[in-house]
Amino acid sequence: MKKQVAVIITIMLILASTAFLHAATQPPQVGGTLPVMKLPNIADSKAQVLIIQIFSMYCPYCQKDAPNMNRFFSLIENNPGLKGKIKILGIGAGNTQFEVDTFKKKYKVEFPLVPDADFTIHKIVGEVRTPYFIVVKLNGSQKMEVVYSKLGGHENVEAFLAEVVQLSGIK
Amino acid sequence: MKRKIVFALLIAGLFASNAFALSDAFKGNIYNVGKLKPVDSVLKVKVGRRAPDFTLKAVSGKKISLKDYAGKKNVVLSFVPAAWTPVCSDQWPGYNIVQELFEENSAVLLGITVDNIPTLYSWTNQMGHLWFEVLSDFWPHGAVASRYGILRSDGTAERAIMIIDKKGILRYVDVHDINERPPLESIVRQLEKLR
Repeated sequence: MKKQVAVIITIMLILASTAFLHAATQPPQVGGTLPVMKLPNIADSKAQVLIIQIFSMYCPYCQKDAPNMNRFFSLIENNPGLKGKIKILGIGAGNTQFEVDTFKKKYKVEFPLVPDADFTIHKIVGEVRTPYFIVVKLNGSQKMEVVYSKLGGHENVEAFLAEVVQLSGIK
Repeated sequence: MKRKIVFALLIAGLFASNAFALSDAFKGNIYNVGKLKPVDSVLKVKVGRRAPDFTLKAVSGKKISLKDYAGKKNVVLSFVPAAWTPVCSDQWPGYNIVQELFEENSAVLLGITVDNIPTLYSWTNQMGHLWFEVLSDFWPHGAVASRYGILRSDGTAERAIMIIDKKGILRYVDVHDINERPPLESIVRQLEKLR
C-alpha cells in the first residue's frame, strides 16, 4: 500500500512539474527569439514580418479591438509596398475551432485565426492577458527575432503599422 | 506517513497548471483561486424532469422567475462559481457576442451566481453591456443552486449549464469541471436539438 501511494505521488509530481516547466514565466522579449511553437505556415517567401495576436472570443477588449484589427489588415492589404510582406495570425487562447469561427464570423475577420484550445501556445508565450501582440521579423532560415511584444489593442492602427514597419525595417 | 502524503499532495497542487486566458478588461482585479476540486456537490435534478422554479433579483433591477418563460422560450441557465475569479470572468463575455445563436433557437440566457447585486453590477460592467439577465442567488445564500444540487461545500456554485425547454422540462445538464469553461458549441448543439 505504502509503495503504491509513493508511486502515485511520484507520478503526480512529475506530471505537475512538467506542466509547470511548460508554462513560460514571461512573454517573449524584444530582441529575443520567438519560442519554439507549432504555428500554421501562413507566410510565403515574400513575407518579412509575422504579427501574432493572442486573443480570445471571450475577451471584451479583443471584441472591442476586432474592428481596429480589420482596419489594420486593410491598411496592409491596400498598400502595394506592404501587401504580402506583413502577415497576421490570430491565436485563440483556450478557444475551440467553433469559438474561433464564431469570432471570425461575428467580426468579419479576414486574416487567419486558429484555435489554441488546450492553451499550449498561450503557455509558451507566458500566459499573457489578452489581446497581446508579438511582432516577429522573419529572417529566412535564421532565427525569428521579436521586435514588439505588448499587451493591449490599437485604436490608432496607422501608428501601429508605422511602428511595425520601423521596428522590423521592412524594405 | 499520512503527513508525508498530505505534504506531497500539497506540493503537487501548488505546481499544477490551471489554464485560463484573462482579458485585459479585468486588469489585475481577478483573484486566482488556483485549481479546485472539479465537482463538489450532488446533483438533485434530472434530465427529463420538471426544472424547479425560482424567482431571483437581477442586476437590471427586475425580478426574474423561471415560470415567466413557460410556453414562450427555452431557457439556458449558466451558473458560474463566483464573480472576480479567473474562468468565470472569461465565460459570459463570450456569450455576449452570440445573442443571435440563442435567439435563433428561441432561447433566453440567464446568468446566475451566489454573489450579491452590487458585486455582480461591478463585475459585469467590466464585460461591457450584457444582453442577458444576470441573477443573484445570494440570499438565502445559494438557495437556487442548492435546490438544483450544485452548491459547493465552500458556498460557491458549480460551473453548470442547464437547458430547460418551453414546457419547463430539464433537457440538458452539464455540471462542468469548475476549472474549465464549457465549450460554446456544447450549448448550441443542445439548443438545436430543441428545434
